[in-house]
Amino acid sequence: MGFVSNLVNGISLGAVYAIIALGYTMVYGIAKMLNFAHGDIIMVGGYLCFCSISYLGLNPFVSVLVSIVGCTVLGIVIERLAYKPLREAPSLDVLITAIGVSYLLQNTALLIWGSNPKSFPNLFKSLGNIRLFDGQLVISSTAIVTIATNIVIMLALTWFTSKTRMGKAMRACSEDKGAAQLMGINVNSTISLTFAIGSGLAAVAGVLLCSAYPTLMPTTGSMPGIKAFVAAVLGGIGSIPGAMVGGILLGVAEIFAKAYIGTQFSDAIVFALLIVVLLIKPTGILGKPISEKV
Amino acid sequence: MAGRSRGLSRTTVSNLVTYALVVIAFVVVQAMVSNRMLTYSLQGQLVPICAYIVMAVSLNLVVGLSGELSLGHAGFMSVGAFTGIVVAASLADAIPNPVLRLIVAMLFGGGFAAIAGFLIGIPVMRLHGDYLAIVTLAFGEIIKNLLNNLYVGIDDAGVHFSFSSAEALGMAQGGKVVINGPQGAVGITKLSTFVIGFVLVLLAVFVVLNLKGSRSGRAIMAVRDNRIAAESVGINTTKYRLMAFVLSAALAGMAGVLYGMNYSSIVPKKFDFNTSILILVFVVLGGMGSIRGSIISATVLTILPEALRAVNDYRMLLYAIVLILVMLVTNNPTLKQLWRRIKGSFRRTPKEPAVASEGGDVDA
Repeated sequence: MGFVSNLVNGISLGAVYAIIALGYTMVYGIAKMLNFAHGDIIMVGGYLCFCSISYLGLNPFVSVLVSIVGCTVLGIVIERLAYKPLREAPSLDVLITAIGVSYLLQNTALLIWGSNPKSFPNLFKSLGNIRLFDGQLVISSTAIVTIATNIVIMLALTWFTSKTRMGKAMRACSEDKGAAQLMGINVNSTISLTFAIGSGLAAVAGVLLCSAYPTLMPTTGSMPGIKAFVAAVLGGIGSIPGAMVGGILLGVAEIFAKAYIGTQFSDAIVFALLIVVLLIKPTGILGKPISEKV
Repeated sequence: MAGRSRGLSRTTVSNLVTYALVVIAFVVVQAMVSNRMLTYSLQGQLVPICAYIVMAVSLNLVVGLSGELSLGHAGFMSVGAFTGIVVAASLADAIPNPVLRLIVAMLFGGGFAAIAGFLIGIPVMRLHGDYLAIVTLAFGEIIKNLLNNLYVGIDDAGVHFSFSSAEALGMAQGGKVVINGPQGAVGITKLSTFVIGFVLVLLAVFVVLNLKGSRSGRAIMAVRDNRIAAESVGINTTKYRLMAFVLSAALAGMAGVLYGMNYSSIVPKKFDFNTSILILVFVVLGGMGSIRGSIISATVLTILPEALRAVNDYRMLLYAIVLILVMLVTNNPTLKQLWRRIKGSFRRTPKEPAVASEGGDVDA
């Protein structure tokens, strides 16, 4: 049963990575920028939810909503103030700005909430764990909610990008911004929308992550952020199904490495997996091969 | 890069200005130190500043000259630092002279980092752009993770290694643990001095500026500007990209030794992703491809958080805001045009057409 239990835990962790990776991959696809501040939005989402429950005494589900709305607004504001003026700038300058935003969020959180870790409440306790095979296999309610949320998000995003006007506009912009503009698509608002969706997803990921690993600190988002970024590249950056595949694969690999090889080397194994995959398929598992024009 | 009809070429003058800047800065700082004009905390920053300058110059070789984004440069720094510490500890009796011992440690640190750079470079050079960046990030994290679990001890029989625990080293009586897993290197004999740091900075600047003016350097920049065109005129692109990467790793390793031997203990966590990013910030703010810019920005940005100690709680916040504002201001089209006009009015020659510096103009 150990194997199945590890697998479930791996998929659950991977589902969180996948949700974060979706934000990375969508923003990369459309704005061609590595948004290093994305991991810190997760942290902000976690804190917003924590504060709504602990200080305002709100119902857990309302708190999650507060957190999503808060992060969406934050995402739009960051995009408007920091990234929009840099549309034409060299990509490294945008990268440095994103890093600046990341430091800004972390240090603002440090000033507001302090460096002491906060203990995040388990939001899904009331749902109860599932016990199978006479209690030999226990699946936590958090894992179930995480996986279910992931599936819902995946389906919703697929529907959104393929069926709605705004979703199609998003795909058009990531394909060719100039041509999209000529077709009457408002590129700026489409990019803002992408940031809004990505940040909202980051809030969801933040709540799920903190429910599973209940220590909340200003640096909580950094490592999951980097891992999700790796997941996005692993699956093929810019591809939505790729983010899912990459996220799940990374989560499972991490838990298995911890369980069967040793906790201390799990990070090295996860990153080695990325390198191996990129060497075999340089644009990620589901990435489109890039042909070079001379 | 064309030489003028008389006197020194523009490149030579520019290089000499860079050397002069470094030497003058050194003399001024030395004078301030001997007159006790520096605060204690600032004096403690001198060696780290030298190490960061070397790091920035070496990363500039990859980012500015070779045009590849590397997000794991701190990994090479840590390989160098820990190699140097082990070498220095094991040679404590063989080489009593501290300066000589540090130099030997630096050679080993640089050499090991170069080997690491070569091994990492072979797979990395098959990739391009953001994919290359993420793989260097991954390698940086792997190096950190491995060093976090590395145990090294020295006894009469020699050097012992282990990846599980200090007990597993199996040392004889009187053995000394030099690197103790997550606790890092402990009980380091501090060998680094500001003078040696200065010499290393000069060396790094010398190496990079000479490379830039050489045939190989021009090949590296040609590959950066247009890989396919460079390939079509017979430049071995992989060879030259790898050359820049390995040389950069070697310099970073030496900087790591300088940095590591400046403290009595150091943890592998010090050389994490954030350190890599810190150095990248130096390079980008200083101007890509500009060695002088790297030196200045590494110095200013290391002193800045120290200078902001008065507002201790807010200093990293201010640092972040400064970073964002600098990027926004330097990329503001109105201000850019204004700057160009100011520059133009100082110039006697007729206005040159503005060159878009997308890939980074190359000047020393």
